[in-house]
Amino acid sequence: MEHIRLPKVDKVHLVERGSSRRPQVGTLYLTASHTIFVDSEAEVRNETWVHHSLVRNVEKQNVTSLGYPLLIQCKNFQVIQLIIPQESDCNDVVMSLVRLSRAERYEELYCFSFKPNLDKTERDQAWNFIDLRAEYSRMGVPNKLWHLSPINREYRVCDTYPADLFVPKSATLPVIVGSSKFRSRGRFPTLSYFCKETQAAICRSSQPLSGFSARCLEDEQMLQAIMKSNPGSQFMYVVDTRPKLNAMANRATGKGYESEDNYTNIKFQFIGIENIHVMRNSQQKLIEVSDLRSPSMGEFLSGLENSDWLKHIQTILNAGKFIAKAVAEEGVSVLVHCSDGWDRTAQVCSVASVLLDPFYRTLKGLMVLIEKDWVSFGHKFSHRYSHLDEDPKEVSPVIDQFLECVWQLMEQFPCAFEYNERFLISIHNHVHSCHYGNFISNCEKERKDLGIKEKTHSVWPHLWTNKSDFMNPLFRTDHSQTQGVLRPLTTPYCFKFWRGLYNRFDRGLHPRQSVLDCLMAVKEETQQLEELLADCEQKLAALGKEQVNGVCVNKRTVNQSRALWAQPAHISLANTPQDYNEGILGSSPKDWSLQQKETESTGLGLFGVTPKTSDPDNSDQESSSGGDSFPSEDSVKDADLDEAV
Amino acid sequence: MEFAELIKTPRVDSVVLHRPFLPTVEGTLCLTGHHLILSSRQDNTEELWLLHSNIDAIDKRFVGSLGTIIVKCKDLRIIQLDIPGMEECLNIASSIEALSTLDSLSLMYPFFYRPMFEVIEDGWNLFSPAEAFKDLESMTDEWRLSEINKDFAVCPSYPSLVTVPKDIDDDTLCKAAAFRHGGRFPVLSYYHKKNGMVMMRAGQPLTGTNGRRCKEDEKLINATLRPGKRGYIIDTRTIAVAQQAKARGGGFEQEANYPQWRRIHKAIERSNILQESLIKLVEACNDQSNSMDRWLSKLEASNWQSHVKEILTTACLAAQCIDREGASVLVHGTEGTDSTLQVTSLAQIILEPVCRTIRGFQALVEREWLQAGHPFQQRCAQSAYSNGKPRSEAPVFLLFLDCVWQILRQFPCSFEFNEHFLVTLFEHAYASQFGTFLGNSAAERVKLKLSRKTVSLWSWVNRPQELERFVNPLYEPNSLVIWPSVAPQSLLLWEGVFLRWNRSTKCLDEAYEEMVHIIEYNKELQNKVNSLSRQLAQLETEDSPLQSP
Repeated sequence: MEHIRLPKVDKVHLVERGSSRRPQVGTLYLTASHTIFVDSEAEVRNETWVHHSLVRNVEKQNVTSLGYPLLIQCKNFQVIQLIIPQESDCNDVVMSLVRLSRAERYEELYCFSFKPNLDKTERDQAWNFIDLRAEYSRMGVPNKLWHLSPINREYRVCDTYPADLFVPKSATLPVIVGSSKFRSRGRFPTLSYFCKETQAAICRSSQPLSGFSARCLEDEQMLQAIMKSNPGSQFMYVVDTRPKLNAMANRATGKGYESEDNYTNIKFQFIGIENIHVMRNSQQKLIEVSDLRSPSMGEFLSGLENSDWLKHIQTILNAGKFIAKAVAEEGVSVLVHCSDGWDRTAQVCSVASVLLDPFYRTLKGLMVLIEKDWVSFGHKFSHRYSHLDEDPKEVSPVIDQFLECVWQLMEQFPCAFEYNERFLISIHNHVHSCHYGNFISNCEKERKDLGIKEKTHSVWPHLWTNKSDFMNPLFRTDHSQTQGVLRPLTTPYCFKFWRGLYNRFDRGLHPRQSVLDCLMAVKEETQQLEELLADCEQKLAALGKEQVNGVCVNKRTVNQSRALWAQPAHISLANTPQDYNEGILGSSPKDWSLQQKETESTGLGLFGVTPKTSDPDNSDQESSSGGDSFPSEDSVKDADLDEAV
Repeated sequence: MEFAELIKTPRVDSVVLHRPFLPTVEGTLCLTGHHLILSSRQDNTEELWLLHSNIDAIDKRFVGSLGTIIVKCKDLRIIQLDIPGMEECLNIASSIEALSTLDSLSLMYPFFYRPMFEVIEDGWNLFSPAEAFKDLESMTDEWRLSEINKDFAVCPSYPSLVTVPKDIDDDTLCKAAAFRHGGRFPVLSYYHKKNGMVMMRAGQPLTGTNGRRCKEDEKLINATLRPGKRGYIIDTRTIAVAQQAKARGGGFEQEANYPQWRRIHKAIERSNILQESLIKLVEACNDQSNSMDRWLSKLEASNWQSHVKEILTTACLAAQCIDREGASVLVHGTEGTDSTLQVTSLAQIILEPVCRTIRGFQALVEREWLQAGHPFQQRCAQSAYSNGKPRSEAPVFLLFLDCVWQILRQFPCSFEFNEHFLVTLFEHAYASQFGTFLGNSAAERVKLKLSRKTVSLWSWVNRPQELERFVNPLYEPNSLVIWPSVAPQSLLLWEGVFLRWNRSTKCLDEAYEEMVHIIEYNKELQNKVNSLSRQLAQLETEDSPLQSP
């Protein structure tokens, strides 16, 4: 709390990016965990909440007639402009926000103070909602060739790996230890996914410390053991997900890649996924493109091309496709690594898993996959998503790319996934928000030391409770698309810009009626109808059989949602024209931030005539998310309620 | 029969056909006057029936004595025929070339086509200007139907009946016609019931370099304004292009002569640029390379999406002037037969819910495209694979359909028809067994006696069996004006046309079927519940007398 220089500012303007709506006027509150804006003019309570952890950048801008603007750019791609009347207030807000959004210690993060109504048992249960041992046994391990190794129980062999690891039974302890000494940060080859049908496995590790000529017998034996654990195959693939040039450069520092001469029966393959720095810059460019104000088509498309973002997504998906094919069609095991084996390796293994196993295309399955391939295997969440004020060069959108690969797959296979786009976006949000403990810190050991399970809560049960928002209405377990391996196309035209994520808060850019919402409403109604039908049938039977008088018929009626969903989701939005002519008609959105608030569109500026339209659908009334009462520290509104909108 | 001379080899055996997503078929290739047919002569194997008029271009290749003909269709499909024997192959190729480029309209297939179905409702009689005027009359008495163009003399590209302001006599119309490109004097395109504002369209005014004016033209368009009100003239060309037009006798309305009008210039490209854009886009889509950079830069360089954005934006602007600013609008470009019609027809889709129904959309296409004189014959003579110098081909209508598709994507519940309907219209505009899109104007259609000699596309489309496939299961009438987003993020590549033959749509089709299934199941349950509730209520009322003591 000592960082809050100013807890409350009145008469603040909030300008929505890309909206022609006039700015809201209201009160700004700074709390220990959130920035909250309460619209004081709205008839229905209208609040905007931003987690401090979500703030990527706060920037003071040049003074305008309304006051001193500051721009808050968020990690979930929300951009908010606040205009504060007094300069000193603005400075205080900026300074407070800069400090609040850059936590120095984990304990400052919101998840440590977030206290939902759960007792200790419930909290433990919540943490056990995802059970990785159960997941491994679902895959079919342990079995006669693979077993759970106790070797990393105390995180002694590899401090960034989980305590529970599956390795070939034939790999002895000395072999594992030897291999781990020959791998960056001790990340020796271990099981990520086991395919019951073909007995092929996806294993993961970091790069070998091979330099130009070094060998390690144990490491070679380790790979041999993996290969032999798949009795049907004569060889295994070793996939280095880096560009060949990067891998070769690593040799000069005593690291590198496996030589086919030293490892028997391996087929070595480079994939060419760029490193975290390239990806960070690429996404930065993409964000700039999505932030452009009324860009021309050419500007947008060339910006998209220059960002290289879709090219990276294509490469990652191709890598996943290669591995899925090896495992499912060739029945060959694969060892995947990059440099440290926690970024590109996590991406590629999890993309391959989604392609291979329908389970990961279910709600629960995706949670499990993220817990397994990302959380447990030491993807450095806190570094990559800058939970703390640390080295900005460690930041990179690694999991963004995985989530986007899943989204691109959903576009190609609309019936194959149990979850919808909102689930991915919600996960993306939680990775950054630090609302729950799952993604805090960089590996399992650190989380244990921090007491994450004792001091914070798990996000998964929370998402599970809200699962009706995240369901794909087109998903059917018995549909052909939900079965077996997905074989996506990766031709360039199959990849699209993910508007739903990058322009998530620019509601004007989204379809005005949502097929997803319609179908969800219809399915909900169908469910009610089914109940009603059963009810009617029962009563009819009762009436017919017993001729009982006075059976009270339940006159329950079903919400006629059809008529509702056919209306544009935001009628106001549907009926608000954009700026189609750079401000020739009416007032342009650009002016809004500069002028004192005006009533509705100003009509024909050119003739000085102001035709007052009186049609009812002219009002730009926005439906607001109803809050309960004014925000207090303990009645924190659920962030997902906003997300689902 | 003249066709016989063109068909050098009517039949070749052992021809192998390669098509996208379908197994190769070996069979006998036959050429008839209008079709290229490949039949495997086995039951239950699919055959190929391809209209010669659907063939855009062919390529020939030879490896030894095996010839290959690549047939590129106007619907953008590419098929390959492997033909044994060089001579046969050459003969077939030259026959196809001749048959697919027949000049004489009267030799076109629609004149030979006999429907295998009974015409219940003749599409030729469905949408006459007189019918449309009846609707207008019920809303306003400020307009009249003029017969001035009865014999197509005043304006060869207008229909025989046009709607003009009531107070303007035919004499004034004649003079205004002389002042407008192609005789296209301002006529009513759309009446906005909500506020009585109108949209008119015309050809450019022939002001020339010395600023000619025409009092009658001014009087004509001023007659559409309410007292004290002003209107907008939307010129679909940039000011620079409009200026240049003066040198060729064209021009634009001078402020001094039209003080009650405010002119806005937009930048919709002319036909040859659009054709080039289509060719580049399709080339990008067919590019086999796997490079993302290449794809995105080719997509951008084609400019297709820019054209979509520009056209849609202009239409939105017109709609905004009418609905939001409460002003009447006159739209024109140069001839008034291309970009003008894109704008006026799209503005109606935005403003008028009826245009979003299947029947209403047909009426719109009839009114704003066919009767309004869009030269379909010229524009659709060639498609994206034409390699010769374009004469007057241009995907003007396809761009309109693309824009409609964009709005449909943004308002998926507000249209009675689905994407398939739009794709079907695209196909038939370029090659069809029906006569609807033949000819360039109402005058030509009358001369060709199309309504007597050919079948209307609408006669077929409106059969219940066919209609079923065009209905959008999500449709719920929406009486509101629908304002689409024209931001680049909101505009998508129309995959249903441009990637249709490049990738299998199996999964997307399945998703569509699933959607239909979900909604049909819901309706079925609703009916069941209703009928059971009724039964229940009935039983209850029968029982109720017993209940009262």
